[in-house]
Amino acid sequence: MTMSNLMNDRDSTPVDTQKPEPGIRLTPEQQRARRSRSIAIGIALALLAILFYIVTLVKGPGVLERPL
Amino acid sequence: MSVTFAQAKLAVEQGVDPSIAPSIAGAGDYLALMKPRVMSLVVFTALVGLVLAPGHIHPVIGLTALICIAVGAGASGALNMWYDADIDARMARTAARPIPAGRLRPGEVLAFGLILAGFSVVVLGLLVNVAAAALLALTIGFYVIIYTMWLKRSTPQNIVIGGAAGALPPVIGWASVTGSVSLEPIMLFLIIFMWTPPHFWALALYRKDDYVRAGVPMLPVVSGERATRRQILLYTLILAPLGAAPWLMGYVGVAYGATAIVGGAVMVALALRILVEKEGYKASKQMFAFSILYLFLLFAVMLADRMAGGLIGHLAT
Repeated sequence: MTMSNLMNDRDSTPVDTQKPEPGIRLTPEQQRARRSRSIAIGIALALLAILFYIVTLVKGPGVLERPL
Repeated sequence: MSVTFAQAKLAVEQGVDPSIAPSIAGAGDYLALMKPRVMSLVVFTALVGLVLAPGHIHPVIGLTALICIAVGAGASGALNMWYDADIDARMARTAARPIPAGRLRPGEVLAFGLILAGFSVVVLGLLVNVAAAALLALTIGFYVIIYTMWLKRSTPQNIVIGGAAGALPPVIGWASVTGSVSLEPIMLFLIIFMWTPPHFWALALYRKDDYVRAGVPMLPVVSGERATRRQILLYTLILAPLGAAPWLMGYVGVAYGATAIVGGAVMVALALRILVEKEGYKASKQMFAFSILYLFLLFAVMLADRMAGGLIGHLAT
């Protein structure tokens, strides 16, 4: 066995024995679904923040008054 | 927790417990849980209640009220689909819904519905008023607990009593402006309440086999078609004059009165055709379709009448 073979073996050892990454590998369909859900949640939260901001402007100091 | 074959197969391929496998549900599936078509009718009737109410509401606060009512209706739809997933799976009309189709798990839908219900009621209470929020909470609770969990599977009068939940949105719209309830919104409530049985029984007549398969005791399943046809006529005979009542009592103009009289006459004519129909369900299908148009027209003309009146009053001053 030559020196270069030995070095190659040493270099490749970590790759050969590397364990697969822990966790679940998502299918393309699951990735698309997750992206779709993330975008929807983002839009909903942004709209909610905008709504509260505008209502605060509209109500002014009376924002905490809640008549029956 | 129930898991479909497709979910289980995918989970095994990914080496995970099927009950916690990653979801394949997109935003569209969550939107479907909220029954958008039902929601649109709820929002429309709530808008009419809001516009008819005396007094002033800032447009942004009015829009907030409508959004909360829409989300509350969506929460009711989601919680209904969570509880009725077993029934939905056995009916052709509902088998493609997210839970029976295996795209969402019951637990996910329950959490989604509860979060939406809580948010809609709290935001309505914080940003609009407490009376409207209390009515919205009552509506969601009535639809989910009284109708879905109790009446739907136990009595053929399920949609008669349960119809109260669908009739409340204009009252919530009214209360969003006034903070109270009076005779006018109760009249709107009664119109939708009396409209619901002939509308759903017309559907139940030609979808009877579905309800038999699902074990839902709808009137045609329990009492037979003959009795259902008689009940449709009876309720329509009460609905037709009730539809004209807002005009008779002077709340709205003659355009509404004419619409209510003509629409009511067509409803009664269709109910009579259902009564004498010997074969097929042509009249039932016509009644189901026309009843949606009838209710929409009543509320649309009421809305137009009030807006035109407001415009004329504004121009006159």
